[in-house]
Amino acid sequence: MNSLPENYYQELEQIQAVDFVLVELTLYLDTHPDDVKAINQFNQYAQYSKQLKRAFEAQFGPLQQYGNSFSDANWGWGRLPWPWQV
Amino acid sequence: MWIYEKKLQYPVKVSTCNPTLAKYLIEQYGGADGELAAALRYLNQRYTIPDKVVGLLTDIGTEEFAHLEMIATMIYKLTKDATPQQLRDAGLGDHYANHDGALFYHNAAGVPFTATYIQAKGDPIADLYEDIAAEEKARATYQWLIDMSDDPDLNDGLRFLREREIIHSQRFREAVEILKEERDKKKIF
Ligand SMILES: [Fe+2]
Repeated sequence: MNSLPENYYQELEQIQAVDFVLVELTLYLDTHPDDVKAINQFNQYAQYSKQLKRAFEAQFGPLQQYGNSFSDANWGWGRLPWPWQV
Repeated sequence: MWIYEKKLQYPVKVSTCNPTLAKYLIEQYGGADGELAAALRYLNQRYTIPDKVVGLLTDIGTEEFAHLEMIATMIYKLTKDATPQQLRDAGLGDHYANHDGALFYHNAAGVPFTATYIQAKGDPIADLYEDIAAEEKARATYQWLIDMSDDPDLNDGLRFLREREIIHSQRFREAVEILKEERDKKKIF
């Protein structure tokens, strides 16, 4: 699975960075539920994450299953590489 | 329900095939203070803990599965090109005899995972103190692993995981304070 282009890794890392912010904000808000600033930041990053994933999935196939991502024309889910293979 | 996402939480790279390091990393896969134990502990405690901290246990428990996948990826990448002889030299001969190159839930010494590693006491403070201790033990394990590893790429991922344990511990400490506050409020009225 060495045939992946450079931008696969770049765009994936961008998604990982944005989603990390969301994980951090999630745990923070679990114990600070009244922090309105953090909630606004959370929603802003949630939107940003969705944008990045839409662009990534259009090139490299679905990230999620059960209808949370749209499928490509030939069910790339099982064909495209898994995280430990890249 | 849970939704799988086809990405690691943080990129995992290894510099070279190194089954010796993989053998040590298995501690965090199926060991007492490893990621599987953490995920199963928190997600099981959720059902009877006060509502105020169910969200936290759900979210940390879910993140632990992402860490389990990172550890699995590290072990997989460190061993996938190893010959049976190399695995044997690394002390993984016993593992290979039973599992070939497959991963299995046991600790670095080969002891299989057991539910006796984790507890659910039904007492929220007791459960959360166990969770804090679990995070501190996992943090210490990551430190010992980093101290033994000479792979800079691997250490980058291990440092990320070590830092996550610190955050989890911090959040669980806050959860204890939230519950204590609740308890004291009830006493006043
Ligand atoms: Fe943790």
